[in-house]
Amino acid sequence: MIELHGLTKRYGDTLAVDGLSFAVPRGVVTGFLGPNGAGKSTTMRMILDLDRPTAGRVTLDGRRYGQLAEPLRYIGALLEAKAVHPGRTARDHLLWMAQSNRIPTHRVDEVLELVGLSAVARKRSRGFSLGMSQRLGIASALLGNPEILMFDEPVNGLDPEGIVWIRTLMKGLAAEGRTVFVSSHLMSEMALTADHLVVIGRGRLLADLPMADFIKQNSRSAVRVRTPQPELLLDVLHRAGLHADPGPDGCYEVPDGDLAFLGELAADHRITLHELSPQQASLEEAFMQMTSESVEYHAGSARPVGPAGAAVDGSPAAPSAPPAPAWGSDWQARGKQKEN
Amino acid sequence: MAAFPAILQSEWTKLRTVRSTVWTLGLAFVVTLGLGALICTLANNNFADFAPKNAPFDATGTAFAGIILGEIAMVVFGVLAVGNEYSSGMIRVSLAAVPQRATLLIGKAVVIALAAFAVSLATVFITFFTGQALLGGHSTEITEPHVLRAVFGAAGYLTMICLFSAGVTAMLHNQTLALGVLVPFFFLLSPILGAVPKVKTVAHYFPDYAGQRMLLVYQEHNQPFGPGAGFLICLTWTLAALAGGVLVLRTRDA
Repeated sequence: MIELHGLTKRYGDTLAVDGLSFAVPRGVVTGFLGPNGAGKSTTMRMILDLDRPTAGRVTLDGRRYGQLAEPLRYIGALLEAKAVHPGRTARDHLLWMAQSNRIPTHRVDEVLELVGLSAVARKRSRGFSLGMSQRLGIASALLGNPEILMFDEPVNGLDPEGIVWIRTLMKGLAAEGRTVFVSSHLMSEMALTADHLVVIGRGRLLADLPMADFIKQNSRSAVRVRTPQPELLLDVLHRAGLHADPGPDGCYEVPDGDLAFLGELAADHRITLHELSPQQASLEEAFMQMTSESVEYHAGSARPVGPAGAAVDGSPAAPSAPPAPAWGSDWQARGKQKEN
Repeated sequence: MAAFPAILQSEWTKLRTVRSTVWTLGLAFVVTLGLGALICTLANNNFADFAPKNAPFDATGTAFAGIILGEIAMVVFGVLAVGNEYSSGMIRVSLAAVPQRATLLIGKAVVIALAAFAVSLATVFITFFTGQALLGGHSTEITEPHVLRAVFGAAGYLTMICLFSAGVTAMLHNQTLALGVLVPFFFLLSPILGAVPKVKTVAHYFPDYAGQRMLLVYQEHNQPFGPGAGFLICLTWTLAALAGGVLVLRTRDA
């Protein structure tokens, strides 16, 4: 199990990682989320003993990485896809790695087959696309058949087919009982793959909880109503004991409102409605709100919007998430207990 | 600890599976032999111009005239063998596979040394015999005093210069920078400083000047030290560069 104890990394005046403590639960996919520059990659490099922490430490089942005799057999990592000599063939790259950790050579061909690179095994990696390099990086992570796998932004730059492939692979690895620790800056991507969630911003821990809990806490819904008679509507809602927030373009949003009830209420009072629609705040927005304080580089006016102002264009959720009722209930149905 | 034989095997695979390292070794052989053969042919045809006035003609040294170019190829080989890990970012994969950093670099140095010494040995013997054949009546024999030592010395010199460069590259952790420092040093700075009075005494302790003493068959009176001392000075430089490389690799974030 990967455990971080007050892990800190300072570069000059910047505190890249600031007293990070958490444990990566065994046998599940843990999403490691944070905006760009939050310290995810630095943390991962410190786990592998590549960067030396300014303070704190990382233990892997109680040991430091440097104390592992043949580390590739215990933890496999993909940090950068292009960290391969461009003049060496895919097979030779895996071969030297295998030899250094006394991993049998037949395993090289196995992992090449597994990631679908057998056909280009003897080609120099210079000509590889980002997707192929990413697959080679994943092959090298799987080489030692390790119980822990760590991937840094594995879907970056991949085509949709590649993204689905990695998603399936990570779930499959966790289903085999392996621990998967994967970083991303996309909440929507993690909502589909991760069972557990660790969120950091500016090097600090913001959240460490099962994905199901995060979804439960953050998937607030609202009903949007639009009417030419707002005063009348607000009056009726108030008398019914309901609260409405002003929404965009003069509409109103009733948090946790019931669609049928609100429709009937309007009909009973003969209020004309121009719109009556369910609104679902996306997890992406909840994530952005959580990290908004800590985002290092804000892009102009693109301040994150709250759940009430969600989905300005009327679409119920972020485009990458599947239809609302199915996915929320599915995740809650899994009812993961808090792991630590 | 990762097993040392496993590291050696892995480093050997790294070395032989990249074209640039294999080619520079081939180049070291070709230029040393080619330039040596050319100078020997010229010397044989214009012996009066080549023969020194007050000293014996050094047939061994004449055959090894190409070493000044061959050593540059060896420098490049040493730089590439270490530096290509940094230029590609592969060093992080290597350190993840073998987190014992000193052991990793020592393993790499051993493999580089073995490859460089094997190629150097073949190069100097073939160059020596080719050169003597081309020198005709002015040639020497391997059995003459100091000649065999000079031939082995040439191989040892090339190997040490290569390892010195490997160590410097590990210290600089950048192959372009290492080439930019080492090639001008061996090609320009050291020969120029070696010709300037007063500064010369310092330049005599540079690894290339000291190491080249190992190739001498005839000791002249104005030599600051002999082949044995030259070997030790060059070896000290080499070990210091490698130790510096280990130190930098151990302390630095990868």
